[in-house]
Amino acid sequence: MTGTNYLLECREVSRELPAPESKLLLRGVSFGVAKGEVLAILGPSGAGKSTLLRLLNRLDEPTAGTILLDGQDYRELCPRALRRRVGMIMQRAHLFPGSVAQNVCFGPSQHGLSMGAAEVESLLDQVGLAGYSDRDAGTLSGGEAQRVAITRALANSPELLLLDEPTSALDPASKESVEQLLGSIVRERALACLWVTHDAGQAGRMADSVLRLEAGRVADFGSASHWLSRPQQALENEETGVGNA
Amino acid sequence: MLEHLFPSQLARGAAECFFAALLSFAVLLLVRRRGVDLLAELPLAQLRGIAQIVAVGAILTWMLRGPQWTSLLVLAGMMLAAASIVRRRAKGIPRAFTLAWFSIAGGAGSVLVALIVVGVIPLKVAMLVPVGSMVIAQTMNMQSIFLDRFQGEVTSHVGEIESALALGASPDVALGRYLRAAYKASLIPSLDNVRSLGIVWIPGIMAGMVLSGASPVYAALYQFVVLTTIFSAAALTCLISSYLVTKRVFTAQEQLLLRG
Repeated sequence: MTGTNYLLECREVSRELPAPESKLLLRGVSFGVAKGEVLAILGPSGAGKSTLLRLLNRLDEPTAGTILLDGQDYRELCPRALRRRVGMIMQRAHLFPGSVAQNVCFGPSQHGLSMGAAEVESLLDQVGLAGYSDRDAGTLSGGEAQRVAITRALANSPELLLLDEPTSALDPASKESVEQLLGSIVRERALACLWVTHDAGQAGRMADSVLRLEAGRVADFGSASHWLSRPQQALENEETGVGNA
Repeated sequence: MLEHLFPSQLARGAAECFFAALLSFAVLLLVRRRGVDLLAELPLAQLRGIAQIVAVGAILTWMLRGPQWTSLLVLAGMMLAAASIVRRRAKGIPRAFTLAWFSIAGGAGSVLVALIVVGVIPLKVAMLVPVGSMVIAQTMNMQSIFLDRFQGEVTSHVGEIESALALGASPDVALGRYLRAAYKASLIPSLDNVRSLGIVWIPGIMAGMVLSGASPVYAALYQFVVLTTIFSAAALTCLISSYLVTKRVFTAQEQLLLRG
């Protein structure tokens, strides 16, 4: 892997829990994502998908290997500055107490920027929440809360977006609309995006390439079209982890 | 009744202890009927408690005859013991003993020193040891509540804290809301004590001063001094803890260690 055009590149990244657990969660994971590319991360539960995303937002530290953002080693970057460049959306919205606008403004305010009411309203309009600025974040539905979480991450103008099963906790109708929203945002802003999902169909709809993890190792990495051209039964088995030795 | 049976003060004290212990056993027998069995723990706790307090009484008797500065050594020892007890309540926090020790020494220690310098608490064994021990003991309780509540708040809000970090927040900002909740929870009992003084309870030191012949009004004023001192010491100790604990629960790369 040369990786010269990658916005994000992982080289032989491992993560091992220290004693007493002493468990190897990721082993020698290598891949890259270019600007504007959506990479789906698939694999059975416990394969290391969320662990990998946490390393990329530096919520955890790799125990071996190198992560490069735009060619620069993660370890040379200040964690806070790095996290602003790498937005993360988790399975649950985890909104802060207060209004929707306060949640949206949180990221920029951490580095001394204030957002005007019109700017907040414009961002909320883009995610279909026009007029929600003053709503109490605690009163929103799951789908609305996740949209606010997306807006909150976008307010930092990230270069890379990490999505950790962002639609898995939503009802079917919200799941579809949030998926469409994320797809359009990623395309419009030409963001590099890592999308962890259990849903092979979602990966097929959204991703340009696919990284499949199995027991902490890369089992497959390639273009989504190549991966999706496999027989349907094989895809379902990979998705659920059936038949993985 | 006991006065007639036991003319010696020491024998009467032992008999009083025996009857108090007997009463607690009787109460626990009633408690056991509700399915809560603490009877097995009680004898050891009481034996330990009486051995410790009698030992302190003996040491105080010896100290009262010696140089008064030895009371400072006793208070330093109490602070170490208090830090060791706080550590047990804060098992999830790395290096909790040094955190508790620095906080108690800095908080309770500096408040006591200020009051000794001004002359509010005389540098006398008979006064400094009981008042100092009350301040340290209450400070220890407040700090245990603070750290226990802090751990609970953090482990039940890991998602919110890591969301804040992921947006570029500093550990102080990410933890701020939970530190404030723990701080308030730890100080409310002490504040309530000051508020309810004289109405709900007449604390030990005032009772002791009145029993030993001091004017009840002066004893009441001095009790206010003691409770306010406890409040200041606890507030300062927990404040120091709140700064130290942030560094304990994050790595140098600002990653949350206390995840439940």
